[in-house]
Amino acid sequence: MSDSPVLDLDQKVEEARTALDEHVRKTMEWHFNPDTGCPFWLDYASKLPFNPRNDVQNFDDLKKFPPFEDDWLRGGPVRRWVPKAFANEPIYVFETGGTTGTPKSRVAINDFRTDYEMFSETLPDEFFPPGSNWLMLGPSGPRRLRLAVEHLCQHRGGVCFCVDLDPRWVIKLIKKGQMDQLEAYKKHIVDQAITVLEAGHDVKCMFTTPKLLESLANALADRGSSIGEMGIQGIFSGGTEFTPQWTRFAMEELIEGVYMTPTYGNTLMGLACSRPVTAEDGYKISYYAPQPRATIEVVSFEDTNQCVDYGATGRVKLTTLTQELFVPGFLERDEGEREAPYEKYPWDGISGVRPYHELAQSTTVGVY
Amino acid sequence: MLNIPVLRWGKPYESLEADEVSHFITGEPLARVGQANPGLLGRDIRKVKQAREALKKIPTSDLVQMMKKAADLYLNGTLPLGDGVQSPDDFARMQSATTGLPEVMCRGNMEKNHFVLSNMDQMLEALTRGLPLSILTQGYGEEGRGVTVSYQVQSPALGMVLPSNSPGVHTLWLPVIPMQVGLILKPGPQEPWTPYRMATAFFEAGVPREAISIYPGGADMGAEVVSRCRRTMIFGGAPTVERYAGDPRVQVHGPGFSKIMLADDLVDRWEDYIDIMVDSVFLNSGRGCINCSGIWASRHTKEIAAAVAERIGPVEPKDPSDPDAQIAAFTVPGVPQAISQQIDALVQTPGAEDMTARYGARLVEMERCGYLRPTVIHCDAPDHPLANTEYMFPFVSVVKCPQDQMIEKMGPTLVLSAITDDQALREQLIETTGIDRLNLGAMPTIKMNWLQPHEGNIVDFLFRARALQIDEKK
Repeated sequence: MSDSPVLDLDQKVEEARTALDEHVRKTMEWHFNPDTGCPFWLDYASKLPFNPRNDVQNFDDLKKFPPFEDDWLRGGPVRRWVPKAFANEPIYVFETGGTTGTPKSRVAINDFRTDYEMFSETLPDEFFPPGSNWLMLGPSGPRRLRLAVEHLCQHRGGVCFCVDLDPRWVIKLIKKGQMDQLEAYKKHIVDQAITVLEAGHDVKCMFTTPKLLESLANALADRGSSIGEMGIQGIFSGGTEFTPQWTRFAMEELIEGVYMTPTYGNTLMGLACSRPVTAEDGYKISYYAPQPRATIEVVSFEDTNQCVDYGATGRVKLTTLTQELFVPGFLERDEGEREAPYEKYPWDGISGVRPYHELAQSTTVGVY
Repeated sequence: MLNIPVLRWGKPYESLEADEVSHFITGEPLARVGQANPGLLGRDIRKVKQAREALKKIPTSDLVQMMKKAADLYLNGTLPLGDGVQSPDDFARMQSATTGLPEVMCRGNMEKNHFVLSNMDQMLEALTRGLPLSILTQGYGEEGRGVTVSYQVQSPALGMVLPSNSPGVHTLWLPVIPMQVGLILKPGPQEPWTPYRMATAFFEAGVPREAISIYPGGADMGAEVVSRCRRTMIFGGAPTVERYAGDPRVQVHGPGFSKIMLADDLVDRWEDYIDIMVDSVFLNSGRGCINCSGIWASRHTKEIAAAVAERIGPVEPKDPSDPDAQIAAFTVPGVPQAISQQIDALVQTPGAEDMTARYGARLVEMERCGYLRPTVIHCDAPDHPLANTEYMFPFVSVVKCPQDQMIEKMGPTLVLSAITDDQALREQLIETTGIDRLNLGAMPTIKMNWLQPHEGNIVDFLFRARALQIDEKK
């Protein structure tokens, strides 16, 4: 907590905006400077009718960029995304999508650690005791989440147990209608989780997806046990299934007494945290991006450069502004309602996140 | 406006999510229907055995009497619904308002449900082929030949993924409770009315509340019902049928492709059968899977098509409260437009003619809904893309096809009315496995004999005949 006098919300919002604008200028200077930037953006800038280093002076100026096309992230060479300043660092590549065709790739050096260390600060020690061991019951393989959760655990002094989970296979099973195979795979995953929880590793914290949380809770209930009785105190989860109704159901019927925090994020942006979710507030879930490293805007479906009014519905537009990755105005496959800034996060947030209605019917939600 | 909760083994559950159902013409909100998240069933299914246990405590004869009492409550009672009450007139008006069916047809469907419930003892007698119902309770017994027979229940509850557009299908699940099997109902989004009203009538007649759950929700909720229940009846289109084909846990009811065959021996007297053809195509607004979507003959097809078109082509939409309303509205935006466009595109394939075109535009668009007026297509060959199609309105293809090719070309057919006295053809049809219900003679496809099973016997689906031997010395 700051020792400075409490500022009113308007001042905090203004300060956050000033910091964001300053961060945008630094980000432009970094990514479009031939000494530090990556080949993709340097090449791209040479075709732009403006010079990002000179002409992008604040967040609103980012609208000068054409919409970011995530297809640019498909295929190689992957090094075209590595900023020159990091060329000699160990490089990770994280993938998203890819059930069919070429997945989108995002290079990373340290962002996932930074994002999850920041997120760690939001976790209450009472439910995520420092030094606790964790279970990562979520997607593995070439995914940011697997390493990030392990780092979160290690950052908090624990050891992280993992299971293998291939979400692409899950989505293929769903698309083929092989629901018996899907159930068998889910059971295989949950069996592994229960084995870890029963093995005396003193696991107190867990990442999991809503669907796997349901399966784990039901499997434990069938054994006469529960997630709380297995020693879990805190759960970190995420996904568009985190509706108020699902959250209330989980809290009342799946994890009685265990703390759960929803998050919203993806491989490109990082992790948006939620305001505390309470029954009194109707289990409303509002997410706030880790500004200034990333922003969430809720924009008009018709004009994606225009934010909707507070409380109104729009499409999610993400911007990533780290030294490792610059993504201006990426239109996510989700929609929601624009939320006002508040004390802890004095910038815009989003609630009611759900699949974008025009894409929802073609989106297969697997384990996320 | 009514608030209708999720029902979890008879207990109301107020979901934080609700779907508003509105009048398809006025937009008046009629009810907020609580939406279940699939996880609720994931928890509740762990108590499914209690549904059958509660029902098994009540003799089947008593349950049959409860069905008869429920029949009258359903047809005539003012029953609780969510935070309000619903009279029979409210029910017909609300069902019409959200499904698009004229009120007079909704009342007709109420009568059908009432008939089935009121005659439940005969229904069960027919469905079980006269089996003493105590055998279904106990799992075995004497059938009267001095031999022990055993029927093992395959699921303590039947899952039902119900449609929005055809209230007539509810008769299929009504015999389940008196067979001491619970119900897990997922209503169609536009038709929550029947499952709730029927469940309430059952409860008021004495059926234990823990025997019935109702989970309104989206497609994911339907998939959850199929996934969680050991036996599920589901209604859907051709993709749904394909998806669950061969799954013994699932009985799929999809498009019927029901047909009338005018065989060579009687086709020259086609004019004698026009009323049968019109009724088969047109009654109940052509929505049922038992409505006729194909009339097949080797000759006179153009004249037949013209005659049917002359009878049903001029029919116009009327207000759903009008007792003379004969066609139903499409209440889901975009659907009637898409269907009409598809027909217009397919009729361009050489060999087809829209025989109803002369009676005016097929598509009637209104502010919040649309109507498709009856359509008769003549196809001069069975391979035409419109020769074997089915739509949710009075639509029929009159197909010219040599008789010796008909059985092969007709494909799967839920109901076939074969107008023929040709004994050899009749024998051939009896052995054709692609035909489900076979009407031999001049009968409309929609003629139901309630004492005969429809598209798979529910008793065979829920119970398995198996061997059971008892050591009589002990």
